[in-house]
Amino acid sequence: MNHIVCFAYVPDTETKIRIAADGVSIDEADVKWIVSPYDEYALEEALKTKEAKGGTVTAITFGPARADTGLRECLARGADEAIRVASDGLSEVDSLGVARLLAGVIRTLPHDVVWMGNKGVGTDAQVLVPMLAELLDLPHVNLVTKLEWKDGAVLAHREIEGAEEIVEMSLPGVIGATKGLNEPRYASLKGIMAAKKKAIAVKTPADAGVDPATIAGPAAHVRWTKLELPPARQAVKLIPADDPAKAATELMNLLKNEAKVL
Amino acid sequence: MSNVLVFIEQRDGKIRKSSLEALTLGNSLSKKSGGALAAVIAGSGIGALAGELGAYGASKVFVADRPELALFSSEGYAAALDAAATAFKPSIVLASATVMGRDVAPRFAARRGVSVLSDVMSLDVANGRITGERPVYSGKARVLVTAAAAAEIQVATPRPNVFPASKAEAPGAGEVVNLDLGALKIRAKVVKVQAAEAGEIDVAEADKIVTGGRGIKGPESWPMLRALCIELGAALGASRAAVDAGWIGHEHQVGQTGKVVSPSLYIACGVSGAIQHLAGMGSSKVIVAINKDPEAPIFKVATYGIVGDLFQIVPAMTEAAKKLKA
Repeated sequence: MNHIVCFAYVPDTETKIRIAADGVSIDEADVKWIVSPYDEYALEEALKTKEAKGGTVTAITFGPARADTGLRECLARGADEAIRVASDGLSEVDSLGVARLLAGVIRTLPHDVVWMGNKGVGTDAQVLVPMLAELLDLPHVNLVTKLEWKDGAVLAHREIEGAEEIVEMSLPGVIGATKGLNEPRYASLKGIMAAKKKAIAVKTPADAGVDPATIAGPAAHVRWTKLELPPARQAVKLIPADDPAKAATELMNLLKNEAKVL
Repeated sequence: MSNVLVFIEQRDGKIRKSSLEALTLGNSLSKKSGGALAAVIAGSGIGALAGELGAYGASKVFVADRPELALFSSEGYAAALDAAATAFKPSIVLASATVMGRDVAPRFAARRGVSVLSDVMSLDVANGRITGERPVYSGKARVLVTAAAAAEIQVATPRPNVFPASKAEAPGAGEVVNLDLGALKIRAKVVKVQAAEAGEIDVAEADKIVTGGRGIKGPESWPMLRALCIELGAALGASRAAVDAGWIGHEHQVGQTGKVVSPSLYIACGVSGAIQHLAGMGSSKVIVAINKDPEAPIFKVATYGIVGDLFQIVPAMTEAAKKLKA
């Protein structure tokens, strides 16, 4: 089976976000970039499936040259091929634009399963899995925590509000992974050394069959117009805890009468 | 003039509250822009549900009622939304940002060649364009997003539990329009639904959350927190430390790699407040922190704090909550 794993290269979850001077993007100075944690579950599951059933794993991302480090990380863990759709010169590409670029490249590759995490931890839009499936004319199942392989299909367990759904999906298809699916491996030293020698294929929007003028800047359907930090919260009101029963009663009274949330 | 179409989610023949929130929002947007409001609902044997939607202002309710739609499929339900949009010609389409809404809305948007204003916590319309505010970087920042002027259709998914649900002052006619979807292409469909532990409220939907962190010391402490949850009608949350230690399932996890929540009351017990956790709950209206370490970062975002032993304080809170109700 041919596996395609899409990932986002995002600020480390430890990053303290600062707003850039333009007021619509983050200040990238001192930001450490990582493969989005949810995408790591997707990569791990693709690698495990390849190891059990054969096939190839291709990692693909959309981004600037720094994302090559993320692609090398995927190669080091066991991916066979790496593709970067270059974002050079493209500003303000929205989720649909990214989906169109990825879909355009994936269409040119044999693919039985297209994988990614259920969200990138940067823009958090959580729309790429269904969008990519729609553009590739494939079914999808998102938020997958457990997979069973059948002949030409998968049974996927996924979290919904207050319940678990079991979804049967025929292949080819798009699978959105989430936490609980597996424990991502670390790259071995041997893998890291081997990854250094592998080539990264860099593709342009033209390779994806997409005219940049239809996705970037003013052509984006959803534009960020102002980015700001959440408002600062008021200082905490501390309740003395010498007498737990008294403290608890005072807290409940404050929640009811002052905060009015009970 | 902006016609607004709202995707209504039903499960087991019951309309989700979050869909009524989206419909209420849709009603205010359509009123503001002088357009009409319609709803679309998919399922099997659901005709009776349509009547409820007129009360929230829907002039038309598009119904896709077929046996194959009894259980959810993203392709089947998106086909229903697409057919309703073709018939109603909305310029704004809303679906609550639930698991189902997040499956259906982006599929529909991609089919129509537009993107999604995803997970918005506010939404307004001016000159026919919708603008909303949404959390990014897991709540560490907020962005104002606007739909482009050229888009004929604008799609947004409002975050559940943020917008109020209320019946319209002037009810809509709720005229039922049956959709003929033709042959459906369904390649992924739900075959079984397993309910979570009885009585559990999902943290993503909860109005109140009680969360346990590393400080609760082990899974044997959950009954103590659950007792407080029951008194308050709260959902049980967990920090990443508690989930990674194997004390509870990931579905309870709040934070950057768990669920991003914004309840009206968030009670953090033994949670130190790592940046990833604060990102996931920092927009809660009222935050209570109980921790023995006065330097814990959770106190920086808390509204009320008790520095002390949670094993004494939490049971006392349960008692106090009981008395408050009595």
